[in-house]
This record gives sequence, structure tokens and C-alpha cells, in this order.
Amino acid sequence: MKILINFFEKVGYSITSRINRLGMATRLFFLIIISSGESFRRFHLTMKEIYFTGVMSLVIIIVSAFFVGMVLGLQGYYTLQKYGSSEAIGVLVALALVRELGPVVTALLFAGRAGTAITAEIGLMKATEQLSAMEMMAVNPVGRIIAPRFWAGVIAMPILASIFSMVGILGGYVVAVIVIGVDEGAFWSQMQANVDFRYDIVNGVIKSLVFGVACTIIALFEGFDAPPTAEGVSRATTRTVVTSSLVILGLDFILTSFMLGG
Amino acid sequence: MSDNLINIENLTFGYGKELLHKGINMEFQRGKVSAIMGGSGSGKTTILKLIGGQIQPKSGSVSIDGQVVHNQNLSGIYKLRRKMGMLFQHGALFTDLSVYENVAFPMREHTDLPENIIKDLVLMKLNAVGLRGAYKLMPTELSGGMARRVALARAIALDPDIIMYDEPFAGLDPISMAVICDLIRTLNDALGATSIIVTHDVAETFSFADYIYFVADGIVAAEGSPKQLMASKLPFVKQFIHSEKDGPVPFHVSAPSYNSDLAL
Ligand SMILES: Nc1ncnc2c1ncn2[C@@H]1O[C@H](COP(=O)(O)OP(=O)(O)O)[C@@H](O)[C@H]1O
Ligand SMILES: [Mg+2]
Repeated sequence: MKILINFFEKVGYSITSRINRLGMATRLFFLIIISSGESFRRFHLTMKEIYFTGVMSLVIIIVSAFFVGMVLGLQGYYTLQKYGSSEAIGVLVALALVRELGPVVTALLFAGRAGTAITAEIGLMKATEQLSAMEMMAVNPVGRIIAPRFWAGVIAMPILASIFSMVGILGGYVVAVIVIGVDEGAFWSQMQANVDFRYDIVNGVIKSLVFGVACTIIALFEGFDAPPTAEGVSRATTRTVVTSSLVILGLDFILTSFMLGG
Repeated sequence: MSDNLINIENLTFGYGKELLHKGINMEFQRGKVSAIMGGSGSGKTTILKLIGGQIQPKSGSVSIDGQVVHNQNLSGIYKLRRKMGMLFQHGALFTDLSVYENVAFPMREHTDLPENIIKDLVLMKLNAVGLRGAYKLMPTELSGGMARRVALARAIALDPDIIMYDEPFAGLDPISMAVICDLIRTLNDALGATSIIVTHDVAETFSFADYIYFVADGIVAAEGSPKQLMASKLPFVKQFIHSEKDGPVPFHVSAPSYNSDLAL
């Protein structure tokens, strides 16, 4: 009996604390929105963060995209040739990347590379009282530190996702056209004819915008909320990756079902 | 204009249910260097946070120049804070900014001064703490004492009326300690500021503070000028000043009897 009660207590506690954190993260989100003036009035603050988060993730994104594109080219070719339609490989690679893999894989990599860096940075700033010091200087840390990083993430994510898709298509091209010898004209023209701007590209950008908001808020919140100790910051960093990955995949399913349904 | 710039009246505060401060009264006179002393965890830093309006008292009040801090809205509190400079315990320098940019930070945030004037002001403040030559360094390249001096230059960047120091001597070698001591006095007098120092270093504090408060058990246990306190007969003050390990402040944290813990 006691064990059962303990069990329910633990489950209940874990649920309520999660809901509580979700509430606090939402509150942070609205605080960021209302303190965002400075991020745009002094755009160089945001620009600096775009540079950091963007450049930090660029190499890993280009390399991953190239491999993902090559694998897509290989796998797609072997399946399509069975049906005698190997020229459709261009469409397959492009659609897979633009609609799904570009935004999703970019967001996952972003969470692991830039997200963890953001959490650790904010967590350390809090642990070393830099945020308190800023408050005592009558400067709002949400406006000066958090908001520019938020907008930087939101702006950088679609750009990185587009780069991912482009490099991925290039990887597919290398494998399909240069290595295997699919007709180059067919590869590009089929892609051009079958990738729709509104339904494929815009939807892909919408996804990466949503992922950008989610990833950056999670990273910022975990840093802001981390206990001000070395252990607290390291745990928060891990949580950033785990939470972001789950949220990205969950959101992807929801967004995709709306986009295909609508 | 009253003599006191800051008044703390019947202040109570606690982070949880238990009260950390149980009715504190303090007055900080204009132009004077006052010290708040007490053991670790006695709530000294918390008093500074209450003065800065970062936390709210449970009851009682802190008023600055007649304005009650916790009655202000956020912009009112920010206005008050612009008159304050605070030196944090470990400096709290912005690690992503150079020494120069750290000192320039408050000026960039609160003024529209052109770059050449900011430069002159930053170098002047750094010169005041003897670190003009270090303006290009990053905070990670500084020793503990230097970092604290840079933080001090940043705290006085906008010529505050009130300068608060949280443990300015903790973890410093004797030479850096003497330097900081000297700076606190000089800056206070040069800026015509009112300084509050939180510390537990008896020798340094008694050598230059004008007035000292001892905090223990959530109340002001003793107060007075260094001379008055030296002559004090209060057992607590004697224990603290002569750093005796046992006395009214016990060496042992309250615990069940040793025998029962050892199961004898
Ligand atoms: N943000 C906080 N939340 C909860 N407890 C705190 C917080 N800050 C300090 N405390 C506790 O309050 C007590 C007094 O802290 P502090 O004012 O920092 O003491 P001092 O500066 O005199 O060493 C300590 O026991 C500390 O653990
Ligand atoms: Mg303290």
C-alpha cells in the first residue's frame, strides 16, 4: 500500500513539475516578446548572436547535409530503378530534404551544437552572478541577453535549414548523376517541375521557423532555470538536447499532419 | 536633506518560511563608509539585495533618500539602481566582454555618449583603479584582485551616489587587500558617495570604516564606530573581533548529543 502511494506521489510530482516548467517556459517566452524592442533597435546585438549560433552550427550542418543527400541518392536510386523511374531521383531527394530532413535534421543538430552552448552560457552567466549584476545596473537581462539570442535562433534556423537542403541536394546530385550516371537533365528538370514553392518550400520554412522558436526557447529556459552550480549547468545542458529533440520530432508530426491535411 | 541616505526600518525577510532577518534597523549616513559584518550565512548579501530592490521584504522597509524601495514599480527601481554601484563578491564581470567593454557597459546602456567620450571615461575609471594598462584583456586573463578592481571601475562608471561592496576582500592576497581597502576609502571621498561594505574581515574593516553593524541571528547584535566596538563588552563582539572559535556563536551546529549519535 505504502509503495503504491509512493509510486503515485512520484508520478504526480513528476507530472506537476513538468507542467510547472512548461508554464515557466511560456512565461519566459512572453517576457522575451515584450522585451524584444532592443533586439531590433540595436540590431547589432542580435546580429552578433546570429553570427555565433549560425557559424557555430554551419560546419556540422554542411557536412551532415552532404552525407544525408548522398545516402538519399543511393537509397532512392536502388528503389526507383526497380520501377524504371530512376530519373525521379532528383524529385525524391529534393522533396525529402525540403519538406522533412532539412528542417528536422537541422533543428536536431542545432539543438546539439548551438542549443547546448546557449544553455551553458546563460547558466554560467547566472551562476557567476552576471545576470544579477546586470539587473543591479538597471539593465533588464531578458531584453539585453535573452531576447537577442532568441531572435538570433529564430532567424538562423531557416537559413541553416535552407543551406542543409541545398547541400543535401548537391550530395544527391553527386551520387546519382556523377557516380551512378542518372541523366543530368532529367534530374534537374523533374525536380523543377515537381517541387512546389507554396506547398513544399514555404511549408519547410514554416517548420524550421517553429523549430527555431522551440529549440531556442528550450535552450534559453534551461540555462535561465539551471541551479547556479557546475552540476546544475551540466544537467541543464543535457536536458536541452533531450527536450529539444523530443519536442522537434513531436512538433514535426503535428505540423506535417496539418500541412498534408490542409 | 537628512543626514541619512539609506534607512532600514524593522526589516524582516526570509527565503522560505523561516525568517532570516527578524527586525533589522540600520542607517547609512551620507558620505560615510559603513560596514555590515557577521558570520557566513547571516544574511549580509541579502541585505544588499534588499537595498537594491532585487527582493522584497516581508515587512518593514528600506528607503533611499526618503523613497521606499519596495513601493516602486520596476522603472522606479531601475531609476534608484542607476544611483547605485555594486561590487559583487566574485566581480561578476561579463565574461564575453573585454575589460574595456565591461567598464563601458553601463555607459552604453544608459547614455548616448559618443565613442570618444566613452573612451576617455573608461580609461579614467580604469586609471582610478590602476588598471588602465589592462583595458584590452579579457576577464579570464585577470587575477582575482584585478578582476575585482575592474568590477569596481564598472560599478563607479556612472558616478553612483551609493557604492555597495559584497565581500571585497574575500580570497585576496594581503597586497591586493590593502589596495582594495585604499580604493574604497579614496573612491568614497572622491565621488562624495556613500559606501556600504559587507565583510567578515575584522582587521581591514576596523582600519577604515566609519561605522559598523554586526548582524547575528537576524538582528543587529551590535553597532558603533570601530573605537566603540573595540571597547565593547558584548561577548559576541569580543568573539568576532578576536576570532575565538567558541563563544556565543557555537563551533558545533546544533545536533543531538554526541553519545546518542554514536549509539552509546
Ligand atoms: N536565492 C536564495 N534562495 C534561498 N536561500 C538563499 C538564497 N540566497 C541565500 N540564501 C540563504 O540565505 C542565507 C543567507 O545568505 P546570504 O545573505 O548570502 O548570507 P551572507 O552573505 O551573510 O553569507 C544562507 O543560508 C543562504 O543559504
Ligand atoms: Mg554573502
